[in-house]
Amino acid sequence: MSMKIHVDIVSAEGQIHSGQAEMVYAPAVMGEVGIAPRHTPLVTHLKPGDVRVDPGDGKPIEHYFVSGGILEVQPHVVTVLADTAVRASDLDEAAALDAKRRAEDALAGKQAEFEYAKAQAELAEAVAQLRAIEKLRKIKKG
Amino acid sequence: MAGAKEIRTKIASIKNTQKITSAMEMVAAAKMRKAQDRMLSTRPYAEKMKRVIGHLYHAHPEYRHSFMVEREVKRVGYIVVSSDRGLCGGLNSNLFRKLVKDIKGQQEAGVQVQFCVIGNKALGFFKRFGGKVMAEATHLGDAAHIEDLIGPVKVMLDAYENGELDHINIAYNSFVNTMTQEPTVEQLVPIAGESNEELKHHWDYIYEPDSKDVLSGLLTRYIESLAYQAVVENGACEQSARMVAMKSATDNAGDLIDELQLVYNKARQAAITQEISEIVGGAAAV
Repeated sequence: MSMKIHVDIVSAEGQIHSGQAEMVYAPAVMGEVGIAPRHTPLVTHLKPGDVRVDPGDGKPIEHYFVSGGILEVQPHVVTVLADTAVRASDLDEAAALDAKRRAEDALAGKQAEFEYAKAQAELAEAVAQLRAIEKLRKIKKG
Repeated sequence: MAGAKEIRTKIASIKNTQKITSAMEMVAAAKMRKAQDRMLSTRPYAEKMKRVIGHLYHAHPEYRHSFMVEREVKRVGYIVVSSDRGLCGGLNSNLFRKLVKDIKGQQEAGVQVQFCVIGNKALGFFKRFGGKVMAEATHLGDAAHIEDLIGPVKVMLDAYENGELDHINIAYNSFVNTMTQEPTVEQLVPIAGESNEELKHHWDYIYEPDSKDVLSGLLTRYIESLAYQAVVENGACEQSARMVAMKSATDNAGDLIDELQLVYNKARQAAITQEISEIVGGAAAV
């Protein structure tokens, strides 16, 4: 029997693949890498592309698309930590700035959604009260 | 019969409330299942990530990333995960109580604290409580995505790297079972590794393109995944807490209706008795 390597492909929102394979190909940033059993330890970023898992024994090769992520290789285990989001440093930066700005807005009491929802609830309550008062008046008159 | 009419309206209004709470209970029960499934489906990633980080902790790179180095703590950051909506029992207030206790302890030791809030309730809380909020993410909905957390987490990690923070904690409700949610405050950065005897020998990875780049990408994702897990777990807690709270509200409304019904019947009977005795009294007088 030929030697096998355990392959796990996971993303933050679920497991994608787990099983034995003879060979794994992954799109590393420096070029595609092929991992055979007893490969030396390696960590690398992945770029968007196809991860191919060759289970051997004449079974067909399985394809998984990843939009980037990280590949870790230990002699008997390959782990692909796939990203669900498209990542780039400037995109991350924009997200961070956005989160900061929202915090400032909310605390400064600008018309954030939070304020709006609260005001809406208060308004609904006030309307209900008015309606109740009106009904009471009618009853008293009648 | 004025008293009886009032009681009747009261019963009707409680019945309406009961209808709402029982509907909310059913909705929460359905959402809880989904939230729990979501929580389970994030486990594999977290486990694999933990394994890789465990390996990394034992590697001997020429470069040690700042996320893995302990330093003297002068400023602490908290990522506070709460729900967006209320009506879920004491879920959020229990968490905030635990958090405030933790913060008090830090402040007594002369440590400054800053916050990153996730969820509407935490934002509202810090508005009242005071404290510096660095970043926020609210309205994540029932199915939070990891993309929503990249920004807030990055704000905290950047602050850590610039030396504005020396320690980052995360506060959330961890899911024990449907009836029990445990408010938890955990250390996020610096990353605490577990020792593993098998990997004690001297070895290191090959890093592509270079160790600094790969490590910061990997560690950032690790921390994001922990934050994501906290959010997902808190979501499952929210739904189950809401289900339990709404169930007890429905039961209480039922009890209240029974009591009022009894009072109503008594009042009605008393009125009838009075009327009869008046008629009888009147007839006797004639």
